[in-house]
Amino acid sequence: MPTALDDAPAVKTAGAPRPRGVRRDRRRAALPYLLLLPAILLELLVHLIPMIAGLVMSFFKLTQFYIRDFSSAPAAGLDNYKFVLDFDAAAGKSLLGSFWITVLYTVLSVGFCWLFGTSAAVLMQKNFRGRGLLRTLFLVPYALPMYAAVITWSFMFQKDTGLVNDLLGTDSFWLIGDNSFWSLVVVSVWRNWPFAFLIVMAGLQNIPGELYEAAAIDGAGWWRQFRAITQPMLRPVNQVLLLVLFLWTFNDFNTPYVLFGASAPKEASLISIHIYQSSFVTWNFGLGSAMSVLLLLFLLIVSTVYLGLSARRRNAVV
Amino acid sequence: MSEPRWVPWARRFVLGFLTLFTLVPLYAMVSSSLKPLGDVQGTWEWVPTTLTIQPFFDIWETIPLAEYFVNSLVISGSAAILSVVIAIFAAYALSRFRFRGKNFFKMTVLSTQMFPGILFLLPLFLIFVNIGNTTGIVLYGSRLGLIITYLTFSLPFAIWMLAGYIDSIPRELDEAAMVDGTGPLGALIRVVIPAAMPGIVAVGIYSFMTAWGEVLFASVMTDSGTRTLAVGLQEYSTQVQVYWNQVMAASLIVSVPVVAGFLLLQRYLVAGLTAGAVK
Repeated sequence: MPTALDDAPAVKTAGAPRPRGVRRDRRRAALPYLLLLPAILLELLVHLIPMIAGLVMSFFKLTQFYIRDFSSAPAAGLDNYKFVLDFDAAAGKSLLGSFWITVLYTVLSVGFCWLFGTSAAVLMQKNFRGRGLLRTLFLVPYALPMYAAVITWSFMFQKDTGLVNDLLGTDSFWLIGDNSFWSLVVVSVWRNWPFAFLIVMAGLQNIPGELYEAAAIDGAGWWRQFRAITQPMLRPVNQVLLLVLFLWTFNDFNTPYVLFGASAPKEASLISIHIYQSSFVTWNFGLGSAMSVLLLLFLLIVSTVYLGLSARRRNAVV
Repeated sequence: MSEPRWVPWARRFVLGFLTLFTLVPLYAMVSSSLKPLGDVQGTWEWVPTTLTIQPFFDIWETIPLAEYFVNSLVISGSAAILSVVIAIFAAYALSRFRFRGKNFFKMTVLSTQMFPGILFLLPLFLIFVNIGNTTGIVLYGSRLGLIITYLTFSLPFAIWMLAGYIDSIPRELDEAAMVDGTGPLGALIRVVIPAAMPGIVAVGIYSFMTAWGEVLFASVMTDSGTRTLAVGLQEYSTQVQVYWNQVMAASLIVSVPVVAGFLLLQRYLVAGLTAGAVK
């Protein structure tokens, strides 16, 4: 039996004059579960059951013929997995290609978001004229609805009428071919770096000012203070920030989808676009699910290793 | 703190670059929304030759924008309100009670953030279709389906953030209320919710923004009657031409409510993030 109310002594005294009946205790014990119930039910419906269903689906031959009645789909065993993991065949090769594109996209995008966000937040620690205005301006890309921002970029990337070619004095295609990958990175950084800025700024606010004062009395200069106070104090914030940015960027579907439409150029075909195409364009849900499960496994492994490493590092420091 | 001489220069350079980087697309959006169609179809001009507000009238005619606007408003608003209400109860339970399965629940909720949307899009689509077939509750293609879906997107973050926020409210406050004779629920409503208002507002904006900007599920789960702005805006591109000036005008109209709300309330959001997520 879970205990009813834990470290809330005042409540116990409040209940003391009355004999506390068993019914009342039960009600108390059930209360936290009742409070959680709506959240649990909805998480089950939208996340957990679909995830289990996705896992099951990945073992079936769920093509367009079985969508109406998917209980009649024939079992496929590991065929879907074998098919997408056969890197010598076309399907496997293109999945592997998408994977590497996504890795590069994630590394570049997260790297620049973090770099821009941290530099801006650190350089804006000192008060100067117009700081509040600049702070507000920097948050606008993050506040904009994602599709409005990306549509604007796709306008800027137009070959003959676009601002980018005008600015660079070039006459290139930006939404097809090799350039499309770089367009994707630029848009994603533009959109997400303010989030890094916001989080690092919040982290900086949590560093007590006395630390800097004490360090200044000890004669530590700006750089020394940054290395010895700002950086270590930001480490926990950075760990969460980088993980969140990594997961968002690796799963990103919206940016390429709005920038290029449902058929992204192969140079910018991220893994989520790849899965979307095989599921909703060629209607092979079994294959799509198998790829999704592989994607989830990959993300789980990376996150676990990352969290493990950062925990060990924290312990080593202490 | 006295800075080395390079720091002010670095500040000017970096902040100047980021200002331009941020401003140029915003300028492109605003200035193009004020150009006639012929001008946005020619080479890019930094200073518009002709200014017109015609695109802001045309956008409503070219596509049923008002309808999409209402759909987005109803869906995002309901998702935000429901998500906040459900998160308040859950966060209160996590913050004030000790019970079996608490940590399991916390970890499960957090890990749902990790799932690629694309992973549960397909099964959810099939589950919604099947619920419709067996019970007659229309989830696929209806506003209700999207509301339920979106509210669970922001729910994990909302629960974590609010739990952190409620943790920072002294327990003595709600205990005092309970001494005065209300139950835990009374204390929640009379004491905890008012004290947690900034966090609740922050979570509300976050939920609203998440729903307002979502594209993937909206593109699969809506039909012509429930289409949201995220999907609808793509209709300005026809086979023949793209009404870029109208696209920009519509993007601007769509952005104004969320950007204004966000900028007005960003203090709460930063405070909420500090208290809840970044600890």
